[in-house]
Amino acid sequence: MWNNILTNYYETVAILLFGIGLVTLLLHRNLVKKIIGLNIADSAVYLFLAAKGYIRGRSVPIISGGVQDTSAYINPIPTGLILTGIVISVSVTAFALALIVSLYKQYDTLNLDEMLQIANREEE
Amino acid sequence: MSSPRKIPAPYYRAKTPHIIGWTECRGEQAFCRLYNIIAVLACVVLVGILLATVAFLPAFGEPGNPVGNEVPARYIEQGVQETGATNVVAGMILDYRAFDTFGEVNVLLAAACAVLILLSGHPPDAFDTLLREMEEPRHDIILQKTALLLVPMIMLFGIYVVMGGHLGPGGGFSGGAIIGASLILYASTYGTRKARRFFTLSTYENVVTLCLAFYGLAKGYVFFTGANALDSHIPLGTPGNLLSSGLILPLNVAVGLMVASTMYVFFVLFSKGSDAVDVE
Repeated sequence: MWNNILTNYYETVAILLFGIGLVTLLLHRNLVKKIIGLNIADSAVYLFLAAKGYIRGRSVPIISGGVQDTSAYINPIPTGLILTGIVISVSVTAFALALIVSLYKQYDTLNLDEMLQIANREEE
Repeated sequence: MSSPRKIPAPYYRAKTPHIIGWTECRGEQAFCRLYNIIAVLACVVLVGILLATVAFLPAFGEPGNPVGNEVPARYIEQGVQETGATNVVAGMILDYRAFDTFGEVNVLLAAACAVLILLSGHPPDAFDTLLREMEEPRHDIILQKTALLLVPMIMLFGIYVVMGGHLGPGGGFSGGAIIGASLILYASTYGTRKARRFFTLSTYENVVTLCLAFYGLAKGYVFFTGANALDSHIPLGTPGNLLSSGLILPLNVAVGLMVASTMYVFFVLFSKGSDAVDVE
């Protein structure tokens, strides 16, 4: 039952990479490192999608020589989905970094704990 | 950031000479430890579930996998006749699924707007201006001559990638990112003050508005005619020629311009603040 783990090694690596990104996102107190973790998890998703679209022995989906047979090319849909994902990830990263810059200007720290402490003190 | 609540940092530093982390209080220390344990456990459980799922997925790279259903078959078998693009992925994202790409470009615009709003709230004080003067590149002759050689090459390659998007690997997003990289190289070598001669915030606004309006109108026209079974009068041309595949080439150019200018604006905003792209 578990031997497909080794056959699907691309997917396995993608899942492990996603776990690494998620742990980085959750455990680090530095906001920039959280964003780095988010980007690692994003890359894992792209790897998973690319692995889903690949078919052994077939070429990229660019029609050449008039061959229009499905058995000659890999699946083009995951590639398009990855393209969308990359653009969204760039947008989200830029937005999050801009928020972090604003927070840094306000609190002079990138550490979430110190930020919360200062905010608490301000309220008192 | 309109609220003038910003208290200068030295205020905190002077008031609390040693900022004790949350972790150094007793009860909160226990909470932090619990949080870390729960976080790691949650991640391990999630990865375990996902790995079990991977074990039940169909084998990697086999032709008969359920992913390869009739949709990609249609794109490959009819794509050239219906879109005119030999690059099936370009035909897919800019013709069959152009609405998806339109939303994607709009997300990029929304992110750029949010970054502009967030980073342009503070007018730079004297210290900021001094810092930016210092960060402005010196008259570095080696760097500048190398950039003089490299910037046109990178930009030319980016234009090639944009224009060849419907024929081979490439397209608006990747080519736009390359053109943006050449603009960033120029700005970081010669200084944003020199780059401001041809690229200001109003240039960005014009480029983005024109590109998005063109994209929306062109695809709206095509969708309208397509849905009502009318002839759109857009020639598909001979597949494989540069001027072919109907609207895909102009849409690639629009997306490329948009992505390139957005990348450059992101760079300038994050490195210099909004006044660096503003009009003099």
